[in-house]
Amino acid sequence: MVNGKKLYVSSSPHTRSKSTTSGIMLDVVIALVPSLIASVVIFGLRALLVEAVSVTCCVLFEYFFRKYILKKHNTIGDFSAAVTGLILAFNLPSGIPLWMVVIGAFFAIVIVKQCFGGIGQNFVNPAIAARIFMLLSFGKMMEWAQPMGKFLNITGVDAISGATPLSASSDELPSLLNMFFGVRGGSMGETCIAALLLGGIYLVLRGVISPAIPLSYSGTVAVIMLIAGKGDFNFVLYQLMSGGLVLGAIFMATDYTTSPIRLKGKVIFGIGCGLFTCLIRLFGNLPEGVSYSIILMNILTPLIERITTPKPFGTIKEKKVKEAAK
Amino acid sequence: MKVPKGVLTAVKKVRGGVKVDHSKGTAEQDVVRMPVPAKVVIPMQQHIGAPCEPVVKVGDEVGVGQLIGDSDKYVSAPIYATISGKVSAVGDIKMPTGNMAKAVTIESDGEMRLSDDVKPPVVNNREDLIKAVRKSGLVGLGGAGFPTHVKLNFDQTKGIDTLVVNAAECEPYITVDYRECIENSWDILGGVYTLKEMLGFKNVVIAVEDNKPEVFKVLKSIADSSEDKYNEVNLMTLESKYPQGAEKMMVQSATGRQVPPGKLPADVGCVVMNVGSVAFISRYLKTGKPLVSRSLTVAGSAITNPMNVRVPIGTNIGEIIDFCGGFKTEPKKILTGGPMMGIALVGTDFPVLKQNNAILAFDENDAILKKETDCIRCGRCANACPMSLTPTDIVRATKAKDVDTLNRIGIMVCMECGSCSYSCPAGKPLVQHMRLAKALVREESKK
Repeated sequence: MVNGKKLYVSSSPHTRSKSTTSGIMLDVVIALVPSLIASVVIFGLRALLVEAVSVTCCVLFEYFFRKYILKKHNTIGDFSAAVTGLILAFNLPSGIPLWMVVIGAFFAIVIVKQCFGGIGQNFVNPAIAARIFMLLSFGKMMEWAQPMGKFLNITGVDAISGATPLSASSDELPSLLNMFFGVRGGSMGETCIAALLLGGIYLVLRGVISPAIPLSYSGTVAVIMLIAGKGDFNFVLYQLMSGGLVLGAIFMATDYTTSPIRLKGKVIFGIGCGLFTCLIRLFGNLPEGVSYSIILMNILTPLIERITTPKPFGTIKEKKVKEAAK
Repeated sequence: MKVPKGVLTAVKKVRGGVKVDHSKGTAEQDVVRMPVPAKVVIPMQQHIGAPCEPVVKVGDEVGVGQLIGDSDKYVSAPIYATISGKVSAVGDIKMPTGNMAKAVTIESDGEMRLSDDVKPPVVNNREDLIKAVRKSGLVGLGGAGFPTHVKLNFDQTKGIDTLVVNAAECEPYITVDYRECIENSWDILGGVYTLKEMLGFKNVVIAVEDNKPEVFKVLKSIADSSEDKYNEVNLMTLESKYPQGAEKMMVQSATGRQVPPGKLPADVGCVVMNVGSVAFISRYLKTGKPLVSRSLTVAGSAITNPMNVRVPIGTNIGEIIDFCGGFKTEPKKILTGGPMMGIALVGTDFPVLKQNNAILAFDENDAILKKETDCIRCGRCANACPMSLTPTDIVRATKAKDVDTLNRIGIMVCMECGSCSYSCPAGKPLVQHMRLAKALVREESKK
């Protein structure tokens, strides 16, 4: 009590860093903006419509499911649902019927995220799980829109569907420059590598993500593909820039909740993702491997954590104890 | 900062830690001596260990430096009158931690008359020195308050070779060690070489963070002094990050050795001393005046004139704040110690203790911490932990009251430095969970 007014008393420390959950998520949203703009430029306003529906549905599902079914505090203010919605949309073709987007958002937020305890508790990345769920459920997911169709076409009906670079025969391949700037078929957010890298650099500079996972993931893919392609660097570049690998490595594999927290674990995680991606691409029958490899490594994360948790300070390693005993 | 020749850097760097705002606005202000207070309240427990028993009674006349409390227990430190005057009360008072402790109240006669007992000690060897340090009432001035004579009376057969003099002062706001280095460099010099000679250290490392160039110059001249014949005293510069100045971190930086869980620096051949304690020993050997006053940093957003003050131990905290111009705005949180490890007070009616190094008062803006939200498993806490712990695992095990897991993941090595709570974007009071976990483990081990 000072002058009759009560003081705050709490356990130390009495100061906190400025970073907050909502601030981190907002940074992720900012990092996604270049890709958002690129998707609209490349795939037309229809892309923006899908993205808006996805984000809105994710936020609303989170709000209503927590309020009326779980009866827990409101968490939409942390922007994590918005991030999930945006990333989910980036994983969809622009021509997808909107009701499918709604179902995807429901699966991501309600089934994968909230049913397992909400933010920080889900064991796989909601956006990836929803993408896989949709891939398995809807054939429409495979009808990748081609870029620069009709900018103002928002019905999605006339979108030209075609092959993505991964399934195209070599004479149909877009040029490397077109690959880099995203002028090719694919999911809305995955094609423009330039925009994704911009977002990734922003996140690393802001300290939101560590570059460990993106680098070890893409590094592993590059090395394996170099061997598989018998030293053909063009083949490696096409592999790195196609099939949502950059989107996955920067924005989905680095999801805090479903990736290891320590550097060593992150590197193992990234290498694992790269390995599974290559296995699926080289030997598998699936359209693409990024989602499956990330989700597999998500599931392995608790095990990675277990082997990479360091011993507490000053604890002597068992080997040394044995040596000392000798 | 480029490390000059002949200056050491950390043998093994401290992992984790956090970059805190230094907020050391009082660094360039001389320590101001506060006028003698009308009365002081001197608690009998100002150290880790057994409390002292009062040896004076109401009505006794006492002089500065006269013994007023002592204990026959080994881990304890005697307590002296810090002003001259009459003992007006001997009884229980409430301490900042909420515990009760016996205390002696002295009403000042305004004279600050030295007691006749104050005589410089005669120190010729190691035993004399340890006895003298015991008699001086010195406890670790860095904040923990561990009786110094216990620390210095290490087992000589254990091969203790290194003295680390800690001038890191990594807590924000606090600048008393900084001022000690600038103003009393001769005392530090004397203390370092006396301790080295008497206790036979082969290696003395003076450690300072690289954000204090002025102190660096002073300490460099001490390390380069002509008294250092065999170049056994060296200055070490450390990256400025919190908790660089923690005892175990100091040992690791200076020698690369890690203090095992539940052990002391002496178990790995090191003694770590705060720079203020070293300087005090030197002064005590010259004057014989025991620990009766100390310097404090008074700062924070609610203090009108932040400054460094020297006050008699037992001075009322409210009076010290008034001396510093009182409150600028309505205070919402008042601490003794730094913002990372300090104790929040319920009011200002407490006496200053030997180990207090700061009084901080914060306005509403600084007092209200960010709102707690859900953990997103970002791992910032685990990466900030200098002890390689995983706070999130500890929180989970604590909630489940799983003592076996807590022991396995090493909760007892946690030193409550606060790096995890500081870095948490979800605003979780992680250190509070750590304390609960430790209490749980202690309770279980008693069964």
